[in-house]
Order: sequence, then structure tokens, then C-alpha cells
Amino acid sequence: MRLKLERRPEASRFWFYLSPVLAVALSALAAAGLFALLGVAPGQALWLMVVTPLANVYGLAELGLKATPLLLCAVGIAVAVRANVWNIGAEGQFTMGAIAGGGIALLFGEDGGAWVLPLMLLAGVAGGLVWAAIPALLRTRCNAHEILTTLMLTYVATQLLGYLVHGPWQDPEGYSFPQTKQFDSAALLAPLIPGTRLNLGAVFALLAVPCASVLLRQTLAGYRLRVVGLAPAAASYAGFSQAGAVWLGLLVSGGLAGLAGVCEVAGPIGQLTPVISPGYGFAAIIVAFLGRLSPAGILAASLLMALLYLGGEQLQITLQIPTAATGVVQGMLLFFLLAADVLVGFRVRLIGRSVAAPAHA
Amino acid sequence: MPEQISILALVLGILVATVRAATPLLLAGFGELVTERAGVLNLGVEGMMLVGAACGFIGAVTTGSVLVGFALAVLAGLVMALIFGVLTLYLMANQVATGLALTIFGIGLSALLGVNYLGTPIPGLATRIFPHLADAPPVAQQLMLLDPVVWIAFATPVLVSLFLYRTRPGLVLRSIGESHEVAHALGYAVLRIRLAAVLFGGAMSGLAGASLSLAYTPMWTENMTAGRGWIALALVVFSTWKPLWLFVGALLFGFVTIAQFQAEALGLDVSPNLLAMLPYLATIVVLVLISRDATRLKLSAPAALGKPFHATT
Repeated sequence: MRLKLERRPEASRFWFYLSPVLAVALSALAAAGLFALLGVAPGQALWLMVVTPLANVYGLAELGLKATPLLLCAVGIAVAVRANVWNIGAEGQFTMGAIAGGGIALLFGEDGGAWVLPLMLLAGVAGGLVWAAIPALLRTRCNAHEILTTLMLTYVATQLLGYLVHGPWQDPEGYSFPQTKQFDSAALLAPLIPGTRLNLGAVFALLAVPCASVLLRQTLAGYRLRVVGLAPAAASYAGFSQAGAVWLGLLVSGGLAGLAGVCEVAGPIGQLTPVISPGYGFAAIIVAFLGRLSPAGILAASLLMALLYLGGEQLQITLQIPTAATGVVQGMLLFFLLAADVLVGFRVRLIGRSVAAPAHA
Repeated sequence: MPEQISILALVLGILVATVRAATPLLLAGFGELVTERAGVLNLGVEGMMLVGAACGFIGAVTTGSVLVGFALAVLAGLVMALIFGVLTLYLMANQVATGLALTIFGIGLSALLGVNYLGTPIPGLATRIFPHLADAPPVAQQLMLLDPVVWIAFATPVLVSLFLYRTRPGLVLRSIGESHEVAHALGYAVLRIRLAAVLFGGAMSGLAGASLSLAYTPMWTENMTAGRGWIALALVVFSTWKPLWLFVGALLFGFVTIAQFQAEALGLDVSPNLLAMLPYLATIVVLVLISRDATRLKLSAPAALGKPFHATT
């Protein structure tokens, strides 16, 4: 008896949608195993991770708060991947958005009015755009692959943030902690629901979902982008510019990641610190794939991933499980998804020795 | 006379520091070179290195034996590579996505494994071999810093070149990287040989990780590879998949990496954060220079790189 993979004549839609569900189920099982290894009761740990964080309004608002950067980054990454562009530097574009927006907040300090916040948001988007435009330029002009350039620029952005908060932008009254002044209240996003930290960023994230849908499905630019991604030869025959798709994919994802970055520092953080993201830009890659690269699917996946972050924090508080366990579960989720995706393109056949394949005997 | 000795010590110091900084790049880079020459693109080098670094450190601390540490690191790299190999070769998962998953998983796993070992001080490999290293005269001290991992890393390019260009299995491996259909038609076990190449890459990445946590900066911190796995990947592109250029590239980057220490030694007042950007910026510059000639890059890359193989007959 052995298993054999047989290519399906066409991809299975059934498995295309079921594979993420299967991957989540398998990850939950694997997470239970991981908790058992760490010496805690798996049932209790899973309950703490998935149910406890959602028990009240504050918890639900925190879910939205965590889902916001994931959703913004993942929608952008998905648009890029549709053009076969691998932007894995969303973390860096996020950081540059935070730096640019935070810079505006610090520049005007207490002199700012109601106009400061819109200016910050624009600066944040611009920061992300610039940081994504560099790889786009290098890819279209110099053929340098965006996987490595976007990632290298992430490290550069992190170091730049480190330089700023250790050096020129450091709070002089901050007892030499590596951080800037707290932003003025005019430069902060107010909570949407009093008593929670959920802010306008969540609205932007929710708006990004239909906008990306319309871009991909209803516009000529989106159509060209998808054709370039799916069938580069057909695209060039039709005269669709590959460079155009690369630019569009990278700029959309860079701008959205920059917006996520500025919303994070103008929201829950309220200042610039050396670390402003627990890896949102990387986790968003998983979110994009888990959501099947479709904006609606990504909305669901971002909530799930946000729950993983919240649950990880809950586990640390209650059971002293290191938050790094969250990263392990995230990684396993993507593995299981990639493994389950084999069922989309292939059929598994069980070949018995006696009946099915006498030729092999 | 003393002045001459101090200049000699300075030059030697820069050379030794360059060689030591190049060591993890050589190990991981040549592992990935063999993997890619077999036609498989594994973007999980960073993840495999991190897990290797964590496991190597844990092994050395808990058993007290640095050899056990290195063995565990190699084993950890092998297991990580096995996950990648099964997913991409047998389940035909997208190699780019799977490599990214391997890195994300490796970052999380290494942080989880190493959480109780943060800040644990251990003696470096060189100090273990020469307990009186700290008291030795400057020149002797520099030579003692060239530990066995450094020697292994510098033997690797020669051994890998001999394997790839002077042996039959090396020829088979390269032919599979150029065209798996032809190799399959000739009767070679494409998937098994590719898996072996992937596993070799994993073992070398694991070793490269341990060279950091046990010899270069003997300690464990989260994300301690700091992008070296990605730089090793970039170096393979830079080398146009040729061992000699990969060797040159690794040394060049070893030198760029130590620039920040040199600047401090020379008393330059530049922010360490800004200096730390240099290797990443240099990687971008190097990629741009090598990629500009698209035709040449396409001709030198293994023709089947990144393409899945599914035998129908």
C-alpha cells in the first residue's frame, strides 16, 4: 500500500476554500501538543488562548486593535503577490511609516492643531510608499529581486529607528531611555469606544478590504496586475506592462503598511521606541496566504492571527508560557496550509498491492 | 620596533576579524549553493541558522560539551531542512512560500527553545581550546582566535568545488538542477538527490548558526543571526552560483560586517546603528550590480531553480 499524488485536471475549488480550515484545525492540534510538551494542560491553554481574550468588550476591542496592522499589511501583500511580486518587507515599510508620522508629531510638538493628525497619516503613507518604491525601482530598472531588497530594507529601517531614538530624537528628559517624547494629545488617535484602545486605524483597515477588492476585480489596472501575475507571457503579448504591475503591487502594499505603522505609534504606543511591532509585517504574509489572497478572506484571517497574538499574551500572563510560542504556532499554521494546499492541485490515491496496481507487484 | 609590531597586530586583527565574520556566511552560503545547484530554492536559511544557533547553545550548556552542541545544531538544521524538503519536493508546495514559513517558524522556535538561556555566559570555542587566550601576546591571541569552525568554513569551498565539478554525483546533482526531466529520463532519482541537497544545506545552516552562538559571540539572543541567512542567500545570487565568487563574496561581507568594530577602534564617532546598516546596504548594492545584466544572470542560474518536479511516468 502506498499513497500516490495524481494531478487534477483542474484545481479543486472545494479544497481551495477548505484547506485553510484544515490548516487551522491541524495547527490547533499541534498547538495542543506543544502545550503538553511545555507542561501545561492543553485544554486549559487552548481555552485561555481562544476564548478568554474575547470575554468582554475590552478584549474584542484589543482584537480589532491587533487585527488592524495585520489586515492593512496583508491586504497590500496580497495585491503584490497577485502580481507575482513578493513584498516580504512590510515590516520595514511599517517602520518607515511610523518614523515619518512620528517625525511630524515630534516636529510640531505642542504647537499642533487638528491638522497634525491628518498630516501624520499622510506622512506615514508616504514613508511606506518611499520604502516600497526603492525595491520597485531596483526591480524594474536593475532587475534586482524584491524578496531580498525589501527584506534588507527592513533591517535598514529598524536600524534607522534605533539610531533616531538613541540619538537625535531621544527625549532629553527621558532618563536616557531610548525613546522619544510622548506625542502631544493632538497627535494621537482617539479611542472609538471609550475605555478601549481601538482607534481610527481599524476603520482604515476595514476600508482597505473593499478598496482592494474593487482594485483587483473592477479596474483595468487590477486586471492587468492579475494577468501579469498569472500568465506573464500572455500579459506581455497583450502589451500589459510588467513594470507597471510591479510598481502598483509594491506601492499599494508599501502605502498600506506605512499607514499601519503610523496608526500604531499614534494609537496604542503614543511615541517612538526601538521596537514598535511584534512582527506584524511578517505575520501578515501568513495572513495573506491564509486568506487565499482575497481581501475578504484576509479579513477573517487577520482576526484569527490577532487572536493568536492576544492568546499568546494571555498564556504568558496566566501560565508563564513565553510569547515566542505564538511565533511557533504562526509558523506551523503556514506549514499546514502549504501542505494542505497540495489537495487543491492533486488527488491522493491509495494504491493497494493486490487490486489497483498489479503492474507494480 | 614596537610600532611595527602594533601595525602587524592591527593588520592581523582586521584579517582575523574578517575571516571570523565570514565564517557563518561561508558555511550557510555553500550549503545553499549546493541546494540551489540541485534546483531547489530554500529561503529558510535564516530560520535554520537560528534554530541551529539555539540548539547548539543549549546542547553545549546542558552537556558541557561543545562538540555535542555542534552535533545538535547540525541535527536541528537537518530536521528543519527535512520539513522544507517534504513540503516542497513531495507535496510540491511553493518553494518561496515554504522557505518564508521555515524562517518565520525558525524565529519563533529558536526564541521559544532559548528562552531560559538568554544571558547565560559561556566560554567561546577559542577560549575552550586555549584557556590562557586572554593572557597571550596580541599576535598569538589573534592566531588562537582562528578556531576549528573557521578552518572547516574555509575548507568547505574547496570540498564543495571538488564535489560539484570533479565527481560523478556532483555532475548528476548539477544536471538535475539544469533539467529534472532529462535527469529523470536518464534514470536518476531526482527527488531523492534533491532531498539530499536540501538536507546538506540544512546541516550547513545549522552549523553556521552554532558558529555564531558557540564561537563568534558565545551567547544566545533572540534573532542573533541578524539577517546573515538572507545575506548568504544574496551572496549565492551574487556569485552567479560559482564557488569561487561565493568565497570572495563571503570574505567581502565579512569585512563589511566588521567595519563597525574598526570604526570604534579608530575612535570614529559614528552611531553604531548607522554602521550596522552597512552590510544590508552593501547587499542591496551588490544585488543591483550583479542583476543589471539580466541575460547573464538567467544564463548562470540553474535552469530548473525553484521549479517543482512531479514524475508522471
